[in-house]
Amino acid sequence: MSDNTNKTANTAGLRGALSGPLEAVRTHWDRAPGWERWAVYVLLVIGALFLPYQGLAPAMSPESDWQTILFYPIGIYVLLALGLNVVIGYAGMLDLGYVAFWAIGAYTMATMAVKHGIGFWPLLPCGIVLAAVSGVILGAPTLRLRGDYLAIVTLGFGEIVRKVAENTDWLGGTRGVNNIPHPPSHEGVWFLGVDLFTYKIRDARPYYYLLVALIILVVIFSKRLEASRIGRSWTAIREDEDAAEIMGVPTFKFKLLSFATGAAIGGSAGVVFAAKTSYVAPANFPFLLSATILAAVVLGGAGNIPGVIVGAFLVAWLPERFRGLADYRDLAFGAILVAMMIFRPEGLIPSRQRKAEMAEGGGGMGHMGAEIDTSGSEAEVGSR
Amino acid sequence: MLLELKDVHVHYGKIEALKGVSLEVGEGEIVSLIGGNGAGKTTTLKTISGLRSCSAGSVFFEGADIGSMPGHRRVLAGIGQAPEGRGIFPGMSVHENLLMGAYARKDDHTKELAEAYELFPRLAERRTQAAGTMSGGEQQMLAIGRALLSKPKVLLLDEPSMGLAPMLVQQIFSIIEEINRRGTTILLVEQNAQQALRLAHRAYVLETGRIVRSAPASELLDDPQVRAAYLGGDVGGDPGAAAAASGPESVALSKPAKGGPAKGEPAKGEPAKGEAEPADDAEPDGADAPDGE
Repeated sequence: MSDNTNKTANTAGLRGALSGPLEAVRTHWDRAPGWERWAVYVLLVIGALFLPYQGLAPAMSPESDWQTILFYPIGIYVLLALGLNVVIGYAGMLDLGYVAFWAIGAYTMATMAVKHGIGFWPLLPCGIVLAAVSGVILGAPTLRLRGDYLAIVTLGFGEIVRKVAENTDWLGGTRGVNNIPHPPSHEGVWFLGVDLFTYKIRDARPYYYLLVALIILVVIFSKRLEASRIGRSWTAIREDEDAAEIMGVPTFKFKLLSFATGAAIGGSAGVVFAAKTSYVAPANFPFLLSATILAAVVLGGAGNIPGVIVGAFLVAWLPERFRGLADYRDLAFGAILVAMMIFRPEGLIPSRQRKAEMAEGGGGMGHMGAEIDTSGSEAEVGSR
Repeated sequence: MLLELKDVHVHYGKIEALKGVSLEVGEGEIVSLIGGNGAGKTTTLKTISGLRSCSAGSVFFEGADIGSMPGHRRVLAGIGQAPEGRGIFPGMSVHENLLMGAYARKDDHTKELAEAYELFPRLAERRTQAAGTMSGGEQQMLAIGRALLSKPKVLLLDEPSMGLAPMLVQQIFSIIEEINRRGTTILLVEQNAQQALRLAHRAYVLETGRIVRSAPASELLDDPQVRAAYLGGDVGGDPGAAAAASGPESVALSKPAKGGPAKGEPAKGEPAKGEAEPADDAEPDGADAPDGE
C-alpha cells in the first residue's frame, strides 16, 4: 500500500518536473501581446522553410534521405494528425479508420489523373470533396454510436476501403495504380536553391513546400473553427454530449461536420501524396497507419495544434532517425509511448481545457475514453 | 396543461423502463416525481427533454405533440434541464458553462445571466474557474443556473440534492422555490422525498416504470404508505429538519425498485445521520464527490 503511494508520488513528481518550465511558457504565451505571437508564427514558418536544408541531414536522418522523409512520413503525418485532431481533439470522437479518407484522396488523384487525364490542381478540391462526402456517408448511420462502439465501426470502415481497393480491378487491385502524373511544373521560380514549382521525381522539396502551404492553411482553418460557435459546440459535445443536446446544440449535425472536416483534410493529404509518389496501392493504407496517426495526436496533446504537430513530427521522425537500430526501434518507440502515457497522459503539449477535463475524471478524451452512458448505452446500441 | 405525458413507454433494448407513464404539469406549478432507484424517474425526464425517444405514447408541450422533436429544438421550445449528475462541462469555466445555456438563443441573454449570478452568488465568485474543479454543490448550482439561461418555461431538475450536505440541500431547494416564484414551472425528480414533497404542489410516485400514486404533495407527505416506503417510516417520528433519508428502508408499498435499499448504510431509526455523513465531505471540496455514474 505505502509502496503504491510512493510510486504515485514519484510519478506526480516527475510529471511536475516535466511540466514546470512548460507551464511557465504557456502562461507567458497566453498573455503574450499580438505582435509577439505573430513574430513567433513567422519564425516558425521560416523554420519550416529552412528545414529541408541539407546541412541538417546528418543530424536529423543519417540513414535515409532527409528531404524525402520530410515529405513522407513527416509532412504527411503532420497534415493527417491535424485532420484527425478535428475529430478526436475537438469533437472527442474516436476514429480508428482515419487512413481511409487519406486513401480516398489518394485514389481520387490516381484514378482520375491516370484514366481521365485530369490535372493535379482540379483534382485537389475533388479529392477533398470526395473524402468529405465519404465522411458524411460513414458518419450518418454510425454517429449515433459513442465511444468504443464508434471506434469499432470506423475501424471496420478503414478496412472496408482498403479491401475494396484491393479487390476492384478498376482501382488496380493489389498492384495499385502506377504512373500517376506529377503536378504541372512552372520552372524557374527559385527559392533557397529550390526550383519551387518544378514537380519532378528527383527533388522532394517542392512537394514538401506544397505540404507546408497546406499545413499552414489547415492550421489557420482549424484555429478559426476552434474559436467559432462550431468549435464551442464541439467542445460541449466532447465534454458531455447529452448536456450539449439539452443546451440546444444539434449534436448529430455537428458531429457529422467534424467527421467531414477531418475527412476533407485527410483527403487533401491523399491527393498530394499520390501526386508525389506517382504510385498508390492498398498496402499504403494499413490499419497500423490509422493507429500511428492516433498515437501522434494523443502523444502530442489532442485538441492543441502545436502539440499535435510536435506529436506527429516525433512519431514520424523518431523511427526514421533510429533506423540503425533495425527492428529494435519499434520496441524503443513502443517503450517511449508507454512512458509518455504514464508520465504525461494528457500529451506533450496538452490543451489546458483538456487538462481540466482530465482532472475532473472524465478521462479528458470525451467519448473516446471509458465514458459510458449512465442510462444503459449498451441496451441502446442493441435497439438502434 | 403546459406539459403532458400520455401513456409513455420507453425501452432500453428489450427492457421496458417506462410502462405507460402519464403525468401533467400545469403552468406555474412545482410538480415532484419521487421513487426509488431504477423506478424510471430519470428516464421520464430524458423522454421529456428529448434524450430518449418513446416507443409508444406521446409528449405534449403547450398543446403540441413534441414526440418527434429532437432534443436541441425542445430547448428553444422552452424545456430546460439540469441533468442527473449535474452534467456540467468540466473543462469550461463557470462563465462559459452559463453561456452554453444560452447557446440556442438568438436574443439578448444579459438579463438571465445577471439573474443566474444573483441567485447563485457563489458562481460569480468562481466565474473563471474550470467547472470540473468545483465542489458538488457548486456544480449543482451551475447546472441549475445554466438551465435558466435558456429561459425555460418548464425547468426539469434531476436529483438536485444528490450527494450534497443537508445545509446545501436546504439552500438549493429554497432557490428552486424562488425560481418558481419568479414564474418558471418546475418538474422536480427526487429521491429525497421529504424535501421534494414539502416544496412541491403536487407529486407523482413512480415505481418500476409506473405511476402508482398521484396526489397533492401535502397529502403524500401524510400518507402512511408513502411515509413508510420513501420517508423513512414513522419510526423516529418526524426525521424532519435534517435532510432526511432518501433510500426506502422499510418496504410497505409493494416491492420497491431493484436495488432499493442498495445504499445500505442507514440503519433503521437513524436515517438523518446515515445520510448526512457521506454528504458532509462533499461540500467543502467535493471535486471527488460522487458524481453520478
